[in-house]
Amino acid sequence: MSVATAFFYLFSIVTIASAVMVIAARNPVHSVLFLILAFVNAAGLFLLTGAEFLAMILVVVYVGAVAVLFLFVVMMLDVDFAELKQGFLQYLPIGALVGLIVLVELGTVLTTWTVAPEMILSTPTPGHLSNTAALGQVLYTQYVYLFQAAGLVLLTAMIGAIVLTLQHKPNVKRQVIADQNARTRASAIELKKAPSRAGV
Amino acid sequence: MIIGLEHYLIVAAVLFTLGVAGIILNRKNIIVILMSVELILLSVNLNFVAFSAQLHDLTGQIFALFILTVAAAEAAIGLAILVTYFRNRGTIAVEDINMMKG
Repeated sequence: MSVATAFFYLFSIVTIASAVMVIAARNPVHSVLFLILAFVNAAGLFLLTGAEFLAMILVVVYVGAVAVLFLFVVMMLDVDFAELKQGFLQYLPIGALVGLIVLVELGTVLTTWTVAPEMILSTPTPGHLSNTAALGQVLYTQYVYLFQAAGLVLLTAMIGAIVLTLQHKPNVKRQVIADQNARTRASAIELKKAPSRAGV
Repeated sequence: MIIGLEHYLIVAAVLFTLGVAGIILNRKNIIVILMSVELILLSVNLNFVAFSAQLHDLTGQIFALFILTVAAAEAAIGLAILVTYFRNRGTIAVEDINMMKG
């Protein structure tokens, strides 16, 4: 058994085991931590296929941003998680049934599919470039509109998240920069005549 | 034994199944439902990357990149809705979400 094979089995077993723990863990914090473990090991699987850039992006985006966001929300919300876990056994038969059906269907597809003989590769991998350079060459030329659309999706998500969670409390003093800039010398300074030797 | 495309497809299929089962099993806990959706998207990404490596075609990896973008956006929006809902109702029980009577 070669090193690559051993690593494949290591990564895939840990990924699947931690995915099981994500949906079975009693405490959602543990679920998030197992989700991070699953993502890191999936990044290892990506590395084995030769997609180094995606592996790094997976670690940065998922582990660094998405999973930490989940962790923040889970820890911020004061929720009685034991109550939320109650339906688990009740839904176990139907969940197992649906899972089994999906698995059987996917297995059927897996054993019978073939590649179409007239298949045309749209962007064959250039052999002399590294994975990141090759991806960049394709992403910024052939798929540049999709790339910008992806940026638009992220912008929309950012604005949406801000709009949803921002709240203006009515009785909080805020800085109004327009008001500050509109102040003139006449409105800000008042000249008082102080009589001499009398105090103010 | 050489590791081929089928091995990756099997791993991705199992991950996908676990994600679907997780959605059904954790009907009450919307945070775990969101995490299960992330698992499903991860398995789809794994499929894309495996096919990309097998066929020596970069398109799969490009699509995986876009799926990653959409997954990040979805998680951000979903969690924002969750925080707003919790602020208004004081609970995140999915079964209570019937205000709109749809």
